[in-house]
Parts: sequence; C-alpha cells; structure tokens
Amino acid sequence: MRRDTRRTGVFTRRALLVMGGQVAVLGGLAARLYQVQVVEGTHFETLANENRISARMIAPPRGRILDRFGVPVAGSRINWRALLISEQATDVKATLDAFSRIVPLTDYERARIDREIHKHRHFIPVMVREFLSWQDMAAIEVNAPDLPGILVDVGTSRIYPYADHLSHVVGYVAPPNEADVADDPVLALPGLRIGRAGMEKYHDLALRGRPGAVQLEVNAVGRVIRELDRTEGVQGDDVGLTIDAGLQEMVVAKLGDESASAVVMDCRNGEVLAMATNPSFDPTVFNAGVSQAQWLEWTRDRRTPLINKATSGLYAPGSTFKMAVALAGLESKAISPSDRIPCPGYLDLGDTRFHCWSKGGHGSLDLRGGLKNSCDVYFYEAARRTGIDKVAAMANRMGLGTELELDLPGQRIGLIPTREWRMAQGKAWNIGDTIVSGIGQGYIQVTPLQLATYCSRIASGRMVQPHLTRSLGGVLQPGVQPEDWPTIDLPDKYLHAVREGMWAVVNEAGGTATGAKLPDTKVQLAGKTGSAQVRRVSRELRESGTFDSSKLPWEYRPHALFVCFAPYDAPRYAVAVVIEHGNAGAAAAAPLARDIMADTLQRDPANRTEPPGAKLADATK
Amino acid sequence: MMERRLWREASFDLTGKILRINWLYVLLLCALAGVGYTALFSAAGGSVEPYAGRHLVRFCIGLIMMLGIALIDIRVIQRLSWVAYAGGIGLLVLVMRMGHMGKGAQRWIELGGLQLQPSELMKIALVLALASWFHKATWERIGNPLFLIPAIVAILLPVGLILKEPNLGTAAITGIVGTVVMFAAGVRWWKFALVVLPIPFAAKFAYEHLHDYQRARIDTFLHPENDPLGAGYNILQSKIALGSGGMWGKGYLQGTQGHLDFLPEKQTDFIYTMIGEEFGWVGAIAVLGLLALIVLGGMLIALRCRNQYGRLVALGISFNFFMYVFVNIAMVMGAIPVGGVPLPMVSHGGSAMLTVMLGFGILMSVHVHRDTEFESANDDR
Repeated sequence: MRRDTRRTGVFTRRALLVMGGQVAVLGGLAARLYQVQVVEGTHFETLANENRISARMIAPPRGRILDRFGVPVAGSRINWRALLISEQATDVKATLDAFSRIVPLTDYERARIDREIHKHRHFIPVMVREFLSWQDMAAIEVNAPDLPGILVDVGTSRIYPYADHLSHVVGYVAPPNEADVADDPVLALPGLRIGRAGMEKYHDLALRGRPGAVQLEVNAVGRVIRELDRTEGVQGDDVGLTIDAGLQEMVVAKLGDESASAVVMDCRNGEVLAMATNPSFDPTVFNAGVSQAQWLEWTRDRRTPLINKATSGLYAPGSTFKMAVALAGLESKAISPSDRIPCPGYLDLGDTRFHCWSKGGHGSLDLRGGLKNSCDVYFYEAARRTGIDKVAAMANRMGLGTELELDLPGQRIGLIPTREWRMAQGKAWNIGDTIVSGIGQGYIQVTPLQLATYCSRIASGRMVQPHLTRSLGGVLQPGVQPEDWPTIDLPDKYLHAVREGMWAVVNEAGGTATGAKLPDTKVQLAGKTGSAQVRRVSRELRESGTFDSSKLPWEYRPHALFVCFAPYDAPRYAVAVVIEHGNAGAAAAAPLARDIMADTLQRDPANRTEPPGAKLADATK
Repeated sequence: MMERRLWREASFDLTGKILRINWLYVLLLCALAGVGYTALFSAAGGSVEPYAGRHLVRFCIGLIMMLGIALIDIRVIQRLSWVAYAGGIGLLVLVMRMGHMGKGAQRWIELGGLQLQPSELMKIALVLALASWFHKATWERIGNPLFLIPAIVAILLPVGLILKEPNLGTAAITGIVGTVVMFAAGVRWWKFALVVLPIPFAAKFAYEHLHDYQRARIDTFLHPENDPLGAGYNILQSKIALGSGGMWGKGYLQGTQGHLDFLPEKQTDFIYTMIGEEFGWVGAIAVLGLLALIVLGGMLIALRCRNQYGRLVALGISFNFFMYVFVNIAMVMGAIPVGGVPLPMVSHGGSAMLTVMLGFGILMSVHVHRDTEFESANDDR
C-alpha cells in the first residue's frame, strides 16, 4: 500500500485554510451583528417602537354654550351607535338581517356597510347606525345573542335646546373637511366637530378642548394588543353668552312670521341680551349633514333663513338716521337745539325739489319738533348745513356703517357715503346726495345691530361695543361694567337734546310713534321710527295722491324700522327692530319694539343673576 | 466475500463502535436543537404548540436515525455514493415534473406523508459522489484535467436542475460545496482561478436572465429602503428586530417585533432574528458560537480521519452546514439577498432537520470509522 502523503498534506493544509475562512466569515457575521445590535441599537429600537406603538388621540368633549344665567343653549348629548365588528360575526349578512328586524336598514345603508366592511380590516368596527333611540339601543342589547359582532357604543353629538331661536348666534358645528384636517390633524379624530358659524365658530378653539392621547401596542396588521398609556382629554371651555335665552325666545315669538330682525342691548355696557332673526333654521341638522332638498329650500327662500339679518342684513336706516344728522349739526354748530327751520313741505335746491313726507309741511320747527314729527325738510336743511363728511363721521362714531368689535363672525359693515368714497368711484358728490343722506336714504346702509349700538350710545353716552361673550371657562370677561367703556366725546346737552326729541316721538301728542308708549306709565320709552324705501318713487306717483306703499308687491314695500331705549330717565336697554318690507316704521316696527322693550323691562335681565321664575322652579322641586 | 467480511466486522464491533461515537458532538447537536426548541416556543407566543413540540419529536427521530447511520460501515456508504447521487438526480427530475409549488418555485415533493426537498438531499449525495470519485485518485491523477471533467459534470448537473426549479440560493450553495470538496481533494489552485475570474461576467449574464422575483430580491437587497412596505419589508423588519434587541435583548418572550407579527416567518427563515431580538447580541453570539463549534467540530473530524473518502465527506458535510449557517444569518441581517434558507436544527420544518441529521449521521459514521482501511491501494497511512 502506497501512502499518498502528498495528498494528505494538501488536504490538511486546505482543510485548515477552509476552517480559517469559516472562522473569518463567522467572525465577520459577529462583527456585523455587533454593528446592527449594539452600535445602531438605539436607532432600531426607535424604529421598533414606532412599529408597535400607535399613539391615538381621544376626542375631548366639546364645551357648552350657556346663556347669561347658565342655561345651556348648546351642549352635547349621548349618541348611541351600533357598530359591527365583522370578524366577530359568524355570518355578516345574517347579523345584519337580524339587526334590520329591530332597526330597519335601508338598501342604501346596507350597501354602505358592505363597502366599509370590505374596505377595512375585519377587526375594525364599522358604523351600522347612529343616533339610535334609547328603545332601539335597549332592543339591540336584549337581542345581543342573535346579533354576533354587533356592538353598541356611546359617542356624543351636538344638541341645541333652543333650536332655531338662537341658531344665528350660537351657530352650528359640522364634521371637519379635508382642508381643516390638513391644518390641524387633531381634527381627523372620529366624532370631532368643528364650529362652522356663530359662537361655535368664534370660540371654536376654546370649545374644542385638549384631546387626550392613548398609546396602544399594535401588531403588524394594526390590531390593538394592549393599552400602554392614557392621558384623558380636557373638555372644552364653557362659553357664557350675554344672551338671555328666555328673552330671546320671547323676542322670536314677537317677530312671528315676519322676515325681521330685532336686537336688545344693555345700553350701558353693550351686552347683547337678545338677537333674533326670522326666519331661522335648526342648527342640529348640521350635525348629521344637510339634505339637498333642505338646502335648496333655505337658499331659495327670499326671506333668507340662513342669513343673520341682525349682523349681515343691510338696510337704509331711513328716519332713524336723523339723530346722527342732528348730533353732527349740533357738534359742528351748523344748527342749535333751538334754531327753527321752516318746512313748507318741500325743499328746493336748484331745479330739484325734495319733498317732506308730510305733503302740507310742518311749519317752523326746532330740533325737538323736527325729531318728533320726523320732518324731512328739517333734516334736509340740517344735512345741507353740516355737510356730508361731518354727518358721516358722526354716524361712524355712533356705530353706523362701521366695523363693530363684535365677537361673532360674518358681520357686514354697511356704508355711510362720503365725498371721498364717491370720488373713489370716479363720480362727483352732488349736494342732492347730501340732502337724501339727511333722512337716511340714498347710499346709506346699516345693520340692525349697528342701529341698536347707535341707540345705546345715544342713550348711555358711552362708546359701548356690542358683544355676546360674557364669560369664558367660567371667567367673566371685561366689558361688564359701564365704566369699562369710555364716554362719548360730545357735550351732554347735545345728547340730551336728541334724547328729548326721541322722547317726544313717543310721549308727546303728535309724535310719530305715540302708539309705542309703554303700558306702564311710570316707565317712559324714547324712540325713533324709520321707513326705508327700497325703490325710488317717482314724483308723479307721489304727487298723484293715490300712492300707497302697502299696496306694492311685498319685495318693493319699504322696510319698517324702530330704535328705542328705556327707561328714559335712566337708560338701561336699547332695542332696534327692522321688519323687511314692513311698510311703515310707526305702524309695523314701533309696536313690536314697544312689546319687546316691555318684556325686557319686566324680565330685567341686566339686574338679575338668575332667570325669572328659576327660584319658583327650585322651590317646587 | 467482501460483504460478508464487512458484515462480520460490523456486528462484532458494535459496542466498540458505539463507544467511538463522538458523544461530545452529539451533545452539541442536542444543545442546538434545544436552542431551536426555546426559540420555537417563543415563536408560538409561549406555547409548545404548534412548533416546539413537533421540533422535539423530529429531533428525537432524527437523532435515532443519525446514530443508526453512524454505525453503518463507511465502506458501505462509499459503495452507495453513486447510487445516492443517481437517486438525488432522479428526485430532482421528479420534483420538476410533479413538485408542489412553494413561493413561486417547484421545490417540494410529498413522499409518504413527508415533505421532501430533493435539493437538500442532493447536496449530501453530491458530497458523497465527489468524495468517492477523488478518494482513489493520486495527487498526480488529480492534476490531470481529463480526470476532473466527470467531477465537474457531476457538480453542474444538479446545479442546473436546481436552478431550473428555480432555486438560486440552493443552486449556488450546491455549487460552492462541490467546489470546496474539489479544492480539498487537491485540485490545483490555478484551475480555481480559471473558474473564479469569469464569475463577475457570469453574474452579469445571470442577472439579465433571472426571474423577475429573483431580480427583485437582489434589487431590494441592494436598496431595501426603496420599498419598505413591499419586497424590502422582510429585511427591514428583521434588521429592526435584531437592532432593537441591543446588547442584552428584550427578554425571553418579550420580543415586540416577533410577537406582534412585524417579523415575517419568524418560526422558519427568521428564527435567528427572533433569538437576536429576545436575547440581544450576547444571545445571538452564543448561538453563533455553538454553530461555529459544530462546523469546526465537523472539520476536526475530517482532519482526524485516516481515509481520504471519510475526510472529503466530513469536510463536505461540515461545509454544507456552514453554508446553511452563513446564508441564513447573513440573510436575516440583510447582508445577502433573502433566499429561503432555514437555520438548520433551529428553524421549524421537518424536511430540513431530517436532511441535516442524515448528513450528521454520515459525518458520525466517518468519525466512528476514522481508522477503517479501504481495500484500495491508495489509503494514506
């Protein structure tokens, strides 16, 4: 036997070489493992945690909106929802059939549910039906054994106890849209609503609260394994309004079927006690979404239920503007309270004749007489003497045609024309424009809220701003005390002269609104009527003597306006009423304003801390 | 006449043979199976079912089989080498005709209720056949290129068949194992250079003729971050699992990647990742050390053997095991493309475990018969 030692030697050497190679390779693996596990360990640990920890936010309960006495006007209500977890249902179709026997489901809903089931993983709950009644919820619970996979859960939805009485003030909420979510991802939380109008919109951030967070451990397909950590959300702040919900209801009832708006203000501090707009809408419907038919009905209604007429309705103030003309004239010394201006029933200027509403004329009138009779010629002359720019400046100062510091979105500014404004339009200002401005016609446009503010400033002599927020999160906001507001830089005698004129309108024989006298003779109301033409009436028609604006089609009739404050000797409340196409201020708006003022004085919300009748209700409990 | 003598020797020397079994090596294998049991218990979420229990049963069956094979005379095995090779080729052809589809490739056949992957058996058969071819050859003879041609054909035939399955990873491993056996047998260096140098060009050519899924694997391997939710997902999640294990691991049964199913196929291909996640670098290195001991132990058996056939067989089987270990571990840490190669004796799966144990049985037979003389004239003493 020959021994092939050479071959053995080669084998031994090469085997050792292979072993060396193996050791080197395995050592390389060990080094690479060290790199991945120890050197880059923290990086991968972060990635592993990102994998397994899913942070989800919990929608916080939305804050409430309360009236000035703490009565909720917007709150959250429990919303029973039936959900389906398809993997827990042995037969999804059978479960839904059984569910339909308790709560009927439409074919449309069935299709939606099927779609959602296919879209999501099988352990994700799919909404079957929300807003279940308590009875339905109970029936589902009782029949649970026949409904495998069905789960009843509690969410919240927004409710408005005062429904359409306060919808324009409170506003409404709706599910956020994609643009909102892009701005703030928190809004993607299911069940979260965003304020879309009114106080819901203005105080949206405060009402929303802070979302809670829950850290969940999830597996690769997203199933929740356990909860790691939970931070509860903070409920949104309650917003306290200046509104007296009870008074608001009464005002809305008074407006009846008219397309109208009324504002009640505390004239000493600008608190809006009632702000009614008719017709209105029920904000609750926005919660679930508005049907197309409903939307069309709203948008086609010429009485514009979706528009808050109090802040966004623009009207010529008509004769209610005359106090502003008077104050401008007094301040610029163009007139004095005792100056008399003759009224032959018209004012001729060049070859144009401007008529007074009284065909025969008023004779010679001082300021008080001018206001009392609402004499057009007196104010044509006053405006002519004062000049449009001073009239406009005074109107703006008193809150007309200017932006108010209002805490409600969507107010419109209106317009008080000036020479500059007209020039910006490329036109020259005519003296005739000044004349018609003197009686609140022409280009002038104001809102009912501006009228209430104007009346409040005349009554209190303070530069109050209308506002709706009284407290935020239980903290009283500044502006409650009259001293919070500066006094108007006008001699009191001028304001007094104007107030006296307004008093005469109501309380002196021959005044234009003697029908607006309060039933309680101890308390006196001072006011001013206004009728604003919406269409120019030709001279021929007017002079024919047969013209009667109440015979016009509804949309061509003049708007009826009335502003007033009371009590006359110690002004506390101001009321402005605008009735669209109500024809005459004295006949339509003044009695309404009187009734509203009477109710306001009776309730006296500014001097109470509880709504009237609350004590009684507590006692009977 | 020779058969009778072999049979006599075998029966007479049974006790001696049992004593000559390398029990330390058997203990190492038991330890590795224990690692597998532990890991599979965790992979099932802390349960014996469905992986760990079966793993144990299979290991016991495999252990008995291995010890049984260890007692078979190495000369009998040598005589059956080419029969095994022919059988392996037959099975590969069979799997092409009627194999089960698994992950887009025909790899499996059912044989008496057992899933069989012929390519795994083929690697061992190839080692046996090559060892048998070279064991009689003198140094001079090996230097003759004509003598090498049948050996090269014997390697390329199964490699080609496995490539057609298609199973790129196993084909490459088969080719490498065959090459290493030829290298150990004494084939001259320069001849390897002839084979190795054209590889870059061959690789380029092969890449262009690969299946889309294979090319995708290579592309994701090179740039896993390009497709973190698609093809790169497995590698990325495996790296995250390993890396997040850190130095000391997250603790047994505490691996989040594994237990929350982020880690794919944690009971099979990615079992090592799971160990790394739960026991950290320390645990991963300990297991790697155990695997290294088994590889090097096999190489020592080869060095200790006094016949060329046994040496080549032991080296080939050890190297085959080494390739399993390297490919699997390199794969889970993203160093080479994912290739569906399990970690032997640790991953769940009966076929792979039994094949590996069969190989260790032959390895053990080499050790038991380390001093056995072959009748051929070329035994080196």
